[in-house]
Amino acid sequence: MTTTAPEQAGPAASPSEPGKPRRRVRLDLRQYGILAALAVIILLFQVLTGGRLLYPGNVSNLIQQNAYVLILAIGMVIVIIAGHIDLSVGSVVATVGAIAALSMQSWGLPWYIAVILSLVVGAVIGAWQGFWVAFVGIPAFIVTLAGMLVFRGLALVLLTGGTISGLPQEFNAIGSGTLPTAGSPDLVTFAIGIIASLAVVFSQLRTRATLRKLELPRERAVSFWVKIAIAVLAIMYVSYLLAYNRGTPIILLILAALVLIYSFVLNRTVFGRHVYAMGGNLFAAQMSGVKTKWVNFFIFVNMGLLAGLAGVVSTARAGSAVASAGQSFELDAIAAVFIGGAAVQGGVGTVIGAVIGGLVMGVLNQGLSILSVDAAWQQVIKGLVLLLAVAFDVISKRRSGR
Amino acid sequence: MSNNPILTMTDIVKDFNGVKALNGVSITVARGEVHAICGENGAGKSTLMKVLSGVYPHGSFDGTIKFEDKEVSYRSINDSEHDGIVIIHQELALSPYLSIAENIFLGNEIQKGGVIDWNKTNSEAVKLLARVGLDENPATKILELGVGKQQLVEIAKALSKRVKLLILDEPTAALNDDDSAHLLDLINHLREQGITSIIISHKLKEIRAIADTVTVIRDGSTIEAFPVEDSDSIETRIIRDMVGRSLDNQFPPRDPHIGGEKFRVEHWNAYHPVDVNRKVVDDASFHVNAGEIVGFAGLMGAGRTELAMSIFGRSYGNSITGKVFKDGVEISTKTVDEAIKNGLAYATEDRKRYGLNLIGSITVNVSAAALGKLAKLGVIDRNREYAVAEDYRKKMNIKTSSVSALTGRLSGGNQQKVVLSKWIYSGPDVLILDEPTRGIDVGAKYEIYGIINELAAQGKAVIVISSELPELIGLADRIYTISEGRITGELSREDATQENLMRYMTAGRTEGASK
Repeated sequence: MTTTAPEQAGPAASPSEPGKPRRRVRLDLRQYGILAALAVIILLFQVLTGGRLLYPGNVSNLIQQNAYVLILAIGMVIVIIAGHIDLSVGSVVATVGAIAALSMQSWGLPWYIAVILSLVVGAVIGAWQGFWVAFVGIPAFIVTLAGMLVFRGLALVLLTGGTISGLPQEFNAIGSGTLPTAGSPDLVTFAIGIIASLAVVFSQLRTRATLRKLELPRERAVSFWVKIAIAVLAIMYVSYLLAYNRGTPIILLILAALVLIYSFVLNRTVFGRHVYAMGGNLFAAQMSGVKTKWVNFFIFVNMGLLAGLAGVVSTARAGSAVASAGQSFELDAIAAVFIGGAAVQGGVGTVIGAVIGGLVMGVLNQGLSILSVDAAWQQVIKGLVLLLAVAFDVISKRRSGR
Repeated sequence: MSNNPILTMTDIVKDFNGVKALNGVSITVARGEVHAICGENGAGKSTLMKVLSGVYPHGSFDGTIKFEDKEVSYRSINDSEHDGIVIIHQELALSPYLSIAENIFLGNEIQKGGVIDWNKTNSEAVKLLARVGLDENPATKILELGVGKQQLVEIAKALSKRVKLLILDEPTAALNDDDSAHLLDLINHLREQGITSIIISHKLKEIRAIADTVTVIRDGSTIEAFPVEDSDSIETRIIRDMVGRSLDNQFPPRDPHIGGEKFRVEHWNAYHPVDVNRKVVDDASFHVNAGEIVGFAGLMGAGRTELAMSIFGRSYGNSITGKVFKDGVEISTKTVDEAIKNGLAYATEDRKRYGLNLIGSITVNVSAAALGKLAKLGVIDRNREYAVAEDYRKKMNIKTSSVSALTGRLSGGNQQKVVLSKWIYSGPDVLILDEPTRGIDVGAKYEIYGIINELAAQGKAVIVISSELPELIGLADRIYTISEGRITGELSREDATQENLMRYMTAGRTEGASK
């Protein structure tokens, strides 16, 4: 999360009174509310754990352990904006993990071929489900509920109930490795932090310049710079923590790339626009020439691809494939998307929001584990957080008179 | 008609975050009369009715309401219904999968200890249906009824609540002429039974025919109230009060330059999407010339929208056959995408359902049908997109603070302008405008007529589908009439009188088909 999504079709456009031109952008509670919630939760656990939450080692763990939620949430937010749901991703993670492990252990494929194969399998599974949703017209809820059973079953068949471990080092590094380091503290990580900070400043300034050119409302200079300062501080703090641990996790770079790519896809491309249009009003999209079936199809292909990636990442992190992998991942991803401000009816949501939602879930997981809260109570707390987040959203929407 | 009023609302003021929707409206409704309320969209009619019915609870507005000689303070719709005030909204609120009887008594079930007495429910329903003149089995599901009959069910439901004051919001907006006439008869009939009615309507002819008194509201204030008599001067007076100016010219001037044939459809056929043996478009052939405005007239359900939508990307219907030509060359319009690429545009009659992404900004709606023009390699040039939206905001006079405003927050007229902007920006040669002025106030209508004229002046072929015959007569160079899916007549501007059109629009109908 290095950039803030520029104001776009979905949730960000804060409605203003007609007739009165408004020069300043009102603070968008939906977007910043989630960020604020994340900050509050981090601070809370930082205090409760006596500072242990943000130990360098824990931050590195936090990223690597929750990478799967973030990857799945990115795919899921697109699915949900378009008005669908995908319940199968957890099972797909297990199936893909099984195939990755088998291909290296039993079929003797090199690790990089295994990764490519896993992604292809994920995409094919996505195409299978997309076919039923888009071209046959079966609700995604049903198709992916079936997929949840089918692919969990396939994972069991492939692994015959056992575990495959002893996977190649290079493969495991995807989930638990770091970039090469230089010295201690790691200078590579600092360098990456500085580059990311500069990129944030540069891209924000460019967005602001464009807004000025188009005479669109801009936020005040003060709040603009405060925002950037906070972002830069956060980035540098994280890189400081990572530099004092083992360096930059490989998965962090993958995540950053995914966030950038998918924010771009949703905000700037025709495909992304069609997704929002279909979620906003399916019929109107159809009558505007949107090829809704193909868009639906590719949404699920993409979801499958990302589920495949999540399968690779979580298998690599665990260092082994088990048929029970990915249990309830779909629920974590869906929760992350809704905590991140997506609308249940579709048409609204952002990649950034989903990722922040995923981090909220991740920090909760991590913090509660450090406090050694019982797993059963962890679930209760996570459930309540989801409910509160969506309730906040619904109530604030009603206030604004939607 | 006794003299003491059944309802008096005095100096009602209601504001939303400092914007005054009602600014001192007063209205007096005599017992047993039919009272019309007129005003442009946004004048405050609906707000006034919501104040009356308790949707906006007592205390959230200023002013007093007296019903049946006592001051009332409703906190909810239940309160007002308890006193016998029932509103029937423009968008009917019936549950489609429940039967007529179930709908009539929904929320008001005839029961004993939570168990419904079906015999009594059905027999009561039959009595109520007889009172509204609806000859249907009470077990019929609502979705099997047309809009006209659904309206009658709503009224039956109101009667079941022992209604004293019946409020109808645009009751005939979605009805064809037969159903409208029936409804007006019914209101007359109810008046004889002592039920007072308030009718909110745009249709001055109806008001003239049925109302005893009219109150005109403009910009949240009462302009005047006066008794209605059946004369042209009444219509003029109402219009003058509504718009604050006299509208002698409802149509902007136009000097048609009609060129050669632009668009032709031959032997077009389409069947109903669900009832697959029912032919909804039957061997329709027509053409439109460059620079020409062609009207399509037909009663509700005649197949006008079905014809247009089946041509435009086969968005409606089954087993579609026929040929479409543009500039003499056959073109394919099998998908919406192909139709758009071949220069067709269809602006829907139902803009909320088929026309707009209401949670999207004006910008994304304007560009929605022509993103290809704004994108390179699938990436949208958002600066250009903004410039386009801004350009249309100015050209079409869309009243908004900014093009980033959500379309769902615009008034009907401005929403319609966004829909038109979208299709004009797609750069079509042939525009099909389905009910382009439905639910739009008089001032915005005039602007939209100007836009239509401008499109024709650019040499485009323009098709206008409308239920308002005066609109077609004022606008079109040539008018086709449709009845039961067939084109039954083609009239030049000179021959197109309301009487002539109506004759062709009802031609070839089998008996009883209009109900």
